[in-house]
Amino acid sequence: MEHYNMNLTLKIWRQKDAKAKGGFETYQVKNISSEMSFLEMIDVLNEDLITEGKDPIAFDHDCREGICGSCSMYINGKPHGPWKATTVCQLHMRAFKDGETVVVEPWRANAFPVIKDLCVDRSAFDRIVQAGGYISVNTGNAVDGNAIPVDKDKADKSFAAAACIACGACVAACKNSSAMLFVSAKVSHLALLPQGEPERKTRAINMVAQMDKEGFGSCTNIGACEATCPKEIRLTNIARLNAEYLSAALTIDKEN
Amino acid sequence: MTWKQMFTSSIGQKLTMALTGLFLITFLIVHVGLNACIWANDGGQMFNTGANFMSSMLVIRIMEIGLFAGIIIHVIQGLLLFFENKSKRKIGYAIEYGERGSKWYSRSMGLLGTLLLLFLIMHIYHFWVPSRLGGMWNIKPLEEVDYTNGLGKQYHNLYAEMINVFQNPIVVILYVLGCISLAYHLMHGFESAFRTIGVHNNRYLKMLRYVGRGYSIIISIAFAMMPISIYLGWIR
Repeated sequence: MEHYNMNLTLKIWRQKDAKAKGGFETYQVKNISSEMSFLEMIDVLNEDLITEGKDPIAFDHDCREGICGSCSMYINGKPHGPWKATTVCQLHMRAFKDGETVVVEPWRANAFPVIKDLCVDRSAFDRIVQAGGYISVNTGNAVDGNAIPVDKDKADKSFAAAACIACGACVAACKNSSAMLFVSAKVSHLALLPQGEPERKTRAINMVAQMDKEGFGSCTNIGACEATCPKEIRLTNIARLNAEYLSAALTIDKEN
Repeated sequence: MTWKQMFTSSIGQKLTMALTGLFLITFLIVHVGLNACIWANDGGQMFNTGANFMSSMLVIRIMEIGLFAGIIIHVIQGLLLFFENKSKRKIGYAIEYGERGSKWYSRSMGLLGTLLLLFLIMHIYHFWVPSRLGGMWNIKPLEEVDYTNGLGKQYHNLYAEMINVFQNPIVVILYVLGCISLAYHLMHGFESAFRTIGVHNNRYLKMLRYVGRGYSIIISIAFAMMPISIYLGWIR
């Protein structure tokens, strides 16, 4: 692909802190290489802002190789920008044309309050995982991984669900701010494996209860989450979570 | 886990929507099947006899109560979910994801459902009220018709009422618009209901997608053709 440089107009959401009102600021960036990542382009802008003595734009990032789930920018109306199955850090500037205007917003959901600028608080996801997104094992020597037979098809589906990096793009894309794609990926990952079997019912019930408590909406199966997911988590997982939850809720024999 | 906890959870509320929705989908098959008897073009005898059979059968009368309950629960739960889901994002986006991520009718189930509710009020007023409540509270009853060669068995002439109502072009247009809302509401609702009750086998989901689309289109066209064929005088 041919290399080129571009000038862009950026409209970026700036918000001093969680309580401040916030609004869009317009910035001009010049000579941006098409080989840069979107985050590197923001780095260049931040260098300029620091030189000018202004407050740089706060944004989340860590690995910059698409696996940590930290980056979270809503670019031109789509979480993680225009490319399919891509996180912002893996989004290259060749996705944009010279002279284009790019609008950058934080994830929007009551359950993901803005901390500053483009950083949002996604600890709600951590609390959902704490509610049941794990398997309880005894400490001691690790069990031989091959000792428990797993059906290949189920292992593949489980692995595909485990690819979820908990970035929250599903919530950002959903008109209901629903976290169902995330929760369904975590539940499917474990429900499909024999290791997940013992806590299968309580896991589904507790994780859904925590999800509701955190203030996420319900799923209306519109599919915007699947369309935007950088790890291509399938909508089918949500149907599986519904089955897991309903069969657990209908059969569990436990008070409270 | 109590029943209350289950049916007030986000998935439990969706289950209520799915079960009532599937019940209403089943009802529509019966409704369209019986109404299709108007195309027998026999002056409404087959249709009136069928309608009379339904209204005089105890099982159907009990089902009718279930039908009204199903509609009311579907409407109330649907509106509750709509407003609750809407409240989950207090500050919106400057640019919406929109059509790139999902179909407009999938995102507009609340709007389409409200249009259907308005249609239903008109529809019940046109046919159910005179047929069932005629004679009470000064409501004009339907005329009676005798198909038994003077043996005296009287049938409600619901067919004549249909012919009467669908002479008004505005009513015909409103009914066709109602059918279009129904088509799009079902286009999403049919498949979504099965996903909500937990169908996650890809073979079945693929089948349900096509069956759902076929059902939505066929049912809606069949219903829409009824006022149209009466207004255009194809049946008398």
